[in-house]
Amino acid sequence: MPRRTDIRKVMVIGSGPIVIGQACEFDYSGTQACRALKAEGYQVCLVNSNPATIMTDPAFADATYIEPLTPESVLAIVRRERPDVLLPTLGGQTGLNVAVALAESGELDRLGVELIGAKLDAIHAAEDRSRFKDAMVAAGLEVPRAGIATTVESAISVAEDIGYPLIVRPSFMLGGGGSGFADDREQLVELVRRSLADSPATEVLIEESVKGWKEFELEVMRDGADNAVIVCSIENVDPMGVHTGDSITVAPQQTLTDREYQAMRDDAITCIRAIGVETGGSNVQFAVDPGTGRRVVIEMNPRVSRSSALASKATGFPIAKIAALLAVGYRLDEIVNDITGETPAAFEPTLDYVVVKIPRFAFEKFPEADPTLTSTMKSVGEVMAIGRTFKESLGKALRSIEKTGFDLGSDGPAPIGAEDVIDAIREGTEHRLLLVERALLDGNTVDVVADASQIDPWFVDQIAEVVEGSEDLRGRRLTDLTADDIRRAKRIGLSDRRIASLTGAGVRAATERRLELGVRPVFKTVDTCGGEFAARTPYHYSTYEESDEVTPADRPRVVILGAGPNRIGQGIEFDYACVHAAFALEEAGFESVMVNSNPETVSTDYDTASRLYFEPLSEEDVLAVVESERPEGVICQFGGQTPLRLAHFLQERGVRVLGTPPSAIDLAEDRGKFAEILRELDIPAPPHGEARDIDEARRIAREIGFPVVVRPSYVLGGRAMEIVYDADDLEHFVRTAAEASPDHPVLVDRFLEGAIEVDVDAVSDGTDVFIGAVMEHIEEAGVHSGDSSCAIPPQTLSDEEMDTVENITKRLARRLGVVGLLNLQLAVKDETIWVLEANPRASRTVPFVSKVIGVSLARAATLVLTGRTIGDLISEGVLPDDPHHYRHLRFTSVKAAVLPFNRFRGADTILGPEMKSTGEVMGIDHDSGAALAKALIAGGTSLPVKGTVFVSVANRDKRAILLPAKRLADMGFRLLATRGTAGLLARAGIPVEPVHKVSEAEAVGPDPDGVPAPTIVDLLAGGDVDLVINTPFGRGARTDGYWIRTAAAIAGVPCITTIPGLLAAVRGIEAIGAPASEPRSIQEYHAEAAAVPIQGRLGLAGLTSTTAARTPSP
Amino acid sequence: MTRGSEALLVLEDGTAFRGRAFGAFGETFGEVVFNTGMVGYQEVLTDPSYARQVVVMTAPQQGNYGTNDEDPESAAIQVAGFVVREASRRASNWRAQRTLHEELAASGVVGIEDIDTRRLTLRIRETGAMRCGVSTEDLDATSLVARVRERSGMEGADLAKDVSADVAYEARELVGAAVPHEDATYRVAAVDLGMKRTILRSFAAEGIEATVFPAGTPAAEIAAGGFQGVFLSNGPGDPGATRYGIETTRALLGTVPVFGICLGHQLLGHALGGATYKMKFGHRGANQPVKDLRSGRVEITSHNHGFAVEARAWDPEITPEIAASADEPSIVRTPTAGRVALSHWNLNDATLEGLRCLDVPAFSVQYHPEAAPGPHDSRYLFEEFRTLMRAGG
Repeated sequence: MPRRTDIRKVMVIGSGPIVIGQACEFDYSGTQACRALKAEGYQVCLVNSNPATIMTDPAFADATYIEPLTPESVLAIVRRERPDVLLPTLGGQTGLNVAVALAESGELDRLGVELIGAKLDAIHAAEDRSRFKDAMVAAGLEVPRAGIATTVESAISVAEDIGYPLIVRPSFMLGGGGSGFADDREQLVELVRRSLADSPATEVLIEESVKGWKEFELEVMRDGADNAVIVCSIENVDPMGVHTGDSITVAPQQTLTDREYQAMRDDAITCIRAIGVETGGSNVQFAVDPGTGRRVVIEMNPRVSRSSALASKATGFPIAKIAALLAVGYRLDEIVNDITGETPAAFEPTLDYVVVKIPRFAFEKFPEADPTLTSTMKSVGEVMAIGRTFKESLGKALRSIEKTGFDLGSDGPAPIGAEDVIDAIREGTEHRLLLVERALLDGNTVDVVADASQIDPWFVDQIAEVVEGSEDLRGRRLTDLTADDIRRAKRIGLSDRRIASLTGAGVRAATERRLELGVRPVFKTVDTCGGEFAARTPYHYSTYEESDEVTPADRPRVVILGAGPNRIGQGIEFDYACVHAAFALEEAGFESVMVNSNPETVSTDYDTASRLYFEPLSEEDVLAVVESERPEGVICQFGGQTPLRLAHFLQERGVRVLGTPPSAIDLAEDRGKFAEILRELDIPAPPHGEARDIDEARRIAREIGFPVVVRPSYVLGGRAMEIVYDADDLEHFVRTAAEASPDHPVLVDRFLEGAIEVDVDAVSDGTDVFIGAVMEHIEEAGVHSGDSSCAIPPQTLSDEEMDTVENITKRLARRLGVVGLLNLQLAVKDETIWVLEANPRASRTVPFVSKVIGVSLARAATLVLTGRTIGDLISEGVLPDDPHHYRHLRFTSVKAAVLPFNRFRGADTILGPEMKSTGEVMGIDHDSGAALAKALIAGGTSLPVKGTVFVSVANRDKRAILLPAKRLADMGFRLLATRGTAGLLARAGIPVEPVHKVSEAEAVGPDPDGVPAPTIVDLLAGGDVDLVINTPFGRGARTDGYWIRTAAAIAGVPCITTIPGLLAAVRGIEAIGAPASEPRSIQEYHAEAAAVPIQGRLGLAGLTSTTAARTPSP
Repeated sequence: MTRGSEALLVLEDGTAFRGRAFGAFGETFGEVVFNTGMVGYQEVLTDPSYARQVVVMTAPQQGNYGTNDEDPESAAIQVAGFVVREASRRASNWRAQRTLHEELAASGVVGIEDIDTRRLTLRIRETGAMRCGVSTEDLDATSLVARVRERSGMEGADLAKDVSADVAYEARELVGAAVPHEDATYRVAAVDLGMKRTILRSFAAEGIEATVFPAGTPAAEIAAGGFQGVFLSNGPGDPGATRYGIETTRALLGTVPVFGICLGHQLLGHALGGATYKMKFGHRGANQPVKDLRSGRVEITSHNHGFAVEARAWDPEITPEIAASADEPSIVRTPTAGRVALSHWNLNDATLEGLRCLDVPAFSVQYHPEAAPGPHDSRYLFEEFRTLMRAGG
């Protein structure tokens, strides 16, 4: 049964922005699928709103639509493209939900578009919990005892039949959103209420709790001839109760016998057949009672999932690619296993190594959120490590996490809550594994620790072996250690840093000692077959054993250091740059060598770079790769801060760092030196100072004047950064900042209130500079650039201002000695352009700019690193010769951030200098208002076109609110406002109804009938408000603003917290009301841009210098 | 001497691996083979087909779930030696009774751990299966290699007799009574050439009552029992050297439905006038794709064999790669039993994996439909045996 010939065009739906529970693993899967389908000669049409993805690069599809992933928007594209088939199983839950909506509406049938991969009925059978359960029972599989409820009352009666503890989950939610445990009736009622609000189907499943059971997942592939294989088994170290995305997991499973494992395998295949997923991959989750072995099916995803990405990387079996090929008719035995090049994909990979995945969390960003791990996923990224044993892989994974102290295990700083360590391990937390180590170190037995944590004793015993091995070294002198001692330590996964800590030596000394004794890792190959066949793909990992399988390549090599785990502030954008670097190196005749630890990425696909090393991005591991490969040089500037931090170390070891030298990186990162350079070049910068104590901070603030920005030095993503308006707040925030980075001074800068922020991405060859684009932020200065929306072309900057920005960029690039990428952040206020910071590396906006201008900046930068000049690249057509190309675009592109507040109940939703977003979307349109609206819609803000708007703004925003409020009233919205704001609006003649704040309700008292006065929070909870505008005054919990914002987040009502954001939303609402423009692919936009003659800045209809981002006066 | 003291493994080509002792102390010799299964070490250890073989597990961590009294495939540990990257000191499973180390120590089987098993595996893949020795006593590589070279290899070795039952017995004594199928049960004679217990369990589940006969039982004695079918089991050694098995098979062929697994399949091949050959390093694992050309379905199968049936012995024109990827089974003419369909093929390397006689009631597979360890995809073959018997042959 070869591929289908009745298909001409395939439509693929992506997964949209990176959010918790749906990360760049779907870029990986979509990219694989698009490549495979194109290689088969199909026309591929792709929709995804996320510009940071590789898949939305124009080369990966014939028509790429960067448009919102809503049914309406996708339908318009289906109508325009008329694909023969729609492949919905590679774009995560988002892609699947859109496809389901289109199929259910009958539109796909009407347009003659067939769903391939999974049919509508199969998707329903898997996603509808009650149908799923029925199907499992009918197929003879066991499931937890359960019932369905659609109301709180029915939930209570179901719960009484089953008995507590229970788990409650809403139907149709990705990443376990909205689910939780209930030990009693009170907890049940609260959970059910919330879940009913979250579930698109307003239905919840109430289930027997299997918390504490062993958890397993199997990845199944099935073809159209009903052949089924298990690609990978995954065992969770954390027991049931912690979402699998938040669990430490291991592949292959370690603790089931053949009899138990094969029975589970049978169940998984029975499950995929019963649900009726015809072709492709599914993931089936099981819980096993550790006492009796009773096995129940928990759920299945009828699509490629996060676990499939992990399984692909863990085994070398490209699940997404194979799923795409199966969907167009191939059978498993007709597809060749790329790794061996001779055997078919109809087999089950066998591993001769152990893979460990550890999630990465960002609780430090959301101090109000509960850091306990539950059935709702909270992690923002993950790392994977490969070693020959669990112990070795665990050690490698811990140092891949790149969080202070994790690579030290129990020797690291004691995590919070470690007073009673046995008590602390009862709950899942980010630090549980380290606490398990600590508990063992304290002398608790494996059984005691296993019993408290419900982690299988086998895993606990493995950790005990690590503890024993590290105790063997403790207190000994480094110079007394023999080669055998060190080899033993490395074989249980101890990092050089940990060996150093145990022996009281420095980390460099530990590395030196190890190398001196000749203890070096060797590299083995991931080959899918346990060594039975020769592997053709160079996919390697290090281990401390005898034979090395890496042979030097003939071509010159360049090592690219990746970005490590996704985290807030360093995500998929950096992977995008690394992937382009790999492609560009190939183009320039080099062998590209990728080093990365993130299984979700395209960069860790075995066919992205010429060679792949799945390794931690730590000094010792990177050095080992470099020593093995002996490259021409190493690229450190594409993977964000992670590789940048290694640049100095590598240079000291005699390794050539390509492009901007480490000394130049220092010039930009060191505030003092950078300020000097700005002075020397006569470029304005906000006045600032460095404070070592609160007195100094007060003095600096007095000198430069409030408001000021307070932040610690040497941190990422605006960690612990605050804007301080008066001396009272200063003390508190200076202390917080000092805690975040204790050994460094606190930086105090003048805050340019109301300034327009501007970003620039450029490529420099050391002499000439190519400006990728100048971007204008929509939110004013003070919102972290990663959380801010921005537009290309700039919406309100004059040509002169853009000229100045470009000129500053060029002078700075030359002065700093930048070779490669440069990102500059500036602020425009009072006719002055101020430089805020320079980052001589790939920035978060590189993919966005590349998508908009149709030029890959990362490719251009890579070619520059290999010796080409900007002049060469312009003459070769890699770069456009129009220096103002981005200003001449006739369409507007808006990038908007996506925030994870719905995951962190209780976290305040205001934007500030600390970055909180997980991902981004892009809106593109000839009409700039429509571009804004698309960006907002794509980001999940469901802008209302009618209904009720609640307004409450800070005093400083009271003038600015009048115009947009009037516009909303004119459009027919009913306005509610708190007393102060209501008075203001009423005086301006805008119809408005006052409503109580929470803090007022008590003072007002109940009405004559004894009913308490409704507050805005009550109205929000009751679903009476469609849009909230709340600009913050006063921060922290328990302020009125906090209650309003969190109530809005819980009710799922869009909440706008800045005036520019509001202006953008108003324009968006206007645009939604207007007739929709026809969607266009970015290939069309790029063709249009290339064809347009240069005629000055054009047609930003409706935008004048006083609208949009500039604070208007009433 | 304690667990963890030094141990040495050497190959006949002189390669040496230093590791640590576990299980029993002492010395052992045999053919070194690798198994790529990720679970099922207890089944591997107790599979009589591994007699006189030193088994290397490619999956690095073994012994995690211990051993128990329910899962053995025979009454004893059968491997000559066991080689792993790491043997778990703790057994963790609700059914676990002993650790792997305890199990091997109690059975007197030598184990070696802490060696680069991937290096050893690649060595076997490149050079082929070799004689090897493992010692906790002689740690001098030169001396141990010399003694390895004195041992005989697997070719020409008849080992089935060594591991077979001494006397005939009823399967029900071991695995309980057969579960009647559509109210019927069937009686078969199972020739034990090194039979795994799960085969008898699979029979029982299909309503088949087996009487187990020792290897070398004359055909006449079996025929006298009036059985509805004859089963030829798996087992160790060189099929070409197992003459009595071939004779018995040839004598029974055509008189009663015959089903063979593994060595039984190879004996059927010989009985059909074919031939077997020694493979470079064999198939041992649980992930081999086998295509049943009759249905077009691919099964993921469990393997343990170092010899295979040569399709070209019947028809030199056959190209295995072409025959394996055809839409239908190739049919060959045999000198003894008419037409035979070459029904099953390995998709990895085009090894012949199954035979189906078209003119007499007999069929066989090279792999293990009883699994244990391995996937259950091929259990339908037991049902086919029952169907063949119901048809009366």
